[in-house]
Amino acid sequence: MSTSPPHHAVTATSATGERTGHPAIEFVGVRKDYLSHGEAVPAVKSLDLAIAQGEFFSLLGPSGCGKTTTMRMIAGFEEPTTGKVYLDGSDVTNVSANKRDVNMVFQSYALFPHLNVLQNVSFGLERKRVGKSEIKRRVGEILEIVSLTGMEKRHPKEMSGGQQQRVALARALVNHPRALLLDEPLGALDLKLRQQMQIELKRIQREVGITFVYVTHDQGEALTMSDRIAVMNAGLIEQLGTPREIYEKPATRFVAGFIGTSNIVEGLISRVENGCAVLDLGQGERIVAPVPASVQAGRTVEVSVRPEKIDLHRTPPQATGSVLSGTVTEVVYHGTSTNYTVVTSAGSDFVVFDQNAHDAEDVASRGERVFLTWAPQHSYPIGV
Amino acid sequence: MNRVKRTLAPYLLVLPGGLWLLLFFVVPMVTMLSLSLQQGDIINGYRFTGHWQNYVDAITDYRAQMIRSLVYGLVTTVALVVMSFPIAYWIAFYGGKKKSTYLFLLLLPFFVSFVLRTISWRQILTDDGMLLHPLKEAGLLSPGFHVLGTSYAVIFGLIYNFLPFMVLPIYVALERIDPRVVEAARDLYAAPMTVFRKVIFPLALPGVFAGVLMTFVPASSDYVNSAVLGSSGTTMIGQVIQAQALANSNYPMASALSFFLMAVLLSGILVYAKALGTEDVMNAAAR
Repeated sequence: MSTSPPHHAVTATSATGERTGHPAIEFVGVRKDYLSHGEAVPAVKSLDLAIAQGEFFSLLGPSGCGKTTTMRMIAGFEEPTTGKVYLDGSDVTNVSANKRDVNMVFQSYALFPHLNVLQNVSFGLERKRVGKSEIKRRVGEILEIVSLTGMEKRHPKEMSGGQQQRVALARALVNHPRALLLDEPLGALDLKLRQQMQIELKRIQREVGITFVYVTHDQGEALTMSDRIAVMNAGLIEQLGTPREIYEKPATRFVAGFIGTSNIVEGLISRVENGCAVLDLGQGERIVAPVPASVQAGRTVEVSVRPEKIDLHRTPPQATGSVLSGTVTEVVYHGTSTNYTVVTSAGSDFVVFDQNAHDAEDVASRGERVFLTWAPQHSYPIGV
Repeated sequence: MNRVKRTLAPYLLVLPGGLWLLLFFVVPMVTMLSLSLQQGDIINGYRFTGHWQNYVDAITDYRAQMIRSLVYGLVTTVALVVMSFPIAYWIAFYGGKKKSTYLFLLLLPFFVSFVLRTISWRQILTDDGMLLHPLKEAGLLSPGFHVLGTSYAVIFGLIYNFLPFMVLPIYVALERIDPRVVEAARDLYAAPMTVFRKVIFPLALPGVFAGVLMTFVPASSDYVNSAVLGSSGTTMIGQVIQAQALANSNYPMASALSFFLMAVLLSGILVYAKALGTEDVMNAAAR
């Protein structure tokens, strides 16, 4: 059970729970198939992943992308079909859930309905045969962190969703697990409470210093809270990186489309100058995107650009970067910004977010002919 | 006008059922209570005299049958809980898509009349029947061995006849348990037996409670199983009541016995409910 992953030279796992030099969680060559009507259907196709100690790590993707299966393999509710799972350097692939030092916060909270808050939160420590006075101290401490002091005798059904959520969090955190797994924990809360809990979770994570693995389909949530994000789709990680990297430099078309809004244009590289590919579209329209030296003229690329990076002009601009022209088909006022949909001369829809920092007269109206420009560094060629 | 209608609506809805209960439950109960305090005989008729002696006679004359009935009922109920839990558990957690098929199979024999089923068991259990005969032939049992006519046969019959009434409520309670709650217990270091003891069983208690009510009461007052599978040594209180009412036409005695049985069962159940803390159990399951 406690063999070290092959690529680690030193095994330094300690039974006392001391932090070691190993990643908190590691997947090596993991695949998970489910049997459906006698056929093996992959939920996770191939997964190699290391989550660092103390990291706030998010698994982000649409439903059915394999993120929940991945989390359940960490918790021990699913066994990988092939590959290994390591916790703090020790192989836990075949260790059952009740013997793994990780705890989970379930989407529906899954509190024990027949137990009160105190009994719910003490459940794990009692199973670990922690002394009575120690349990009392730790439960008191954690209830204070999640601001539930004074609610010890309440039953789950007597509490609001937000309070139940915090009981679930306390019930897991009180055990000082190696990692805390959160399965869309804020999904059932309303927007205001959700935003409040996002900040709260981040604060708690800083306070306790435990590795958090956060499963969500909400890209906003993942971007705000995570140190790193793995964007998953169809059983594979599409991109792994910091929120900024994921947003600014989407590695695949899927990531560009799933995270925020992206405008994607495909075209032939006319020439490469100063490290930038130029896609000439005729009539003064062009797209300029920085590319690695290996990229030559004559190949096709997909270029993504974020709506807020684009400037909107009513007169032909003098720009060095990308220039497109088109007709405004939709104007939606959002308070802090105005969102325009522009059909370019090439026929593709472009979304532009214009900050409402200037006078109202600057707003273009429907049917108006406009020019779109953006700096070369805001073009991001996908998968180059 | 509308307000009046709205206020009256719930009462109007209760009216048909209420009248039914009044006519066929309350009226007979009062009649029976009055009957249990009457005196006389079948030829000259019975008159109400507040004759408490009926109760004294009922208790002194049939104490043995009363105690036997309660013991049979209790043994049956305990055996039913032990047997039904695994069945209900298996169907609820491992039944998969075939859950309703299994439940149907469980209920299938009960489409046949209660009496007929019990009589067929008599055929099976009889001294030279299909069960004992081969075993005796093989020398595994002594030729004098018999089951029919013993307490075992009666309790066996009771268990058989009341099985679904225990399995179904436990199944319903187990079925309602959120699988995530079970996973949460495992996640919080509970070994399989601990998960059962600390989470699954407490959450299934309302079902056990309902099952006990639905089996203990009718099993204790049953008169068919002992009549068909038992002997004079297994006479239950239900049989006594039946004989007093139908054979001896001693209606006051039959009524007094019935009321006494009802009082015993009710107080037993109240003690049981108190001990189990029904309020808490029901609330927990209701969520």
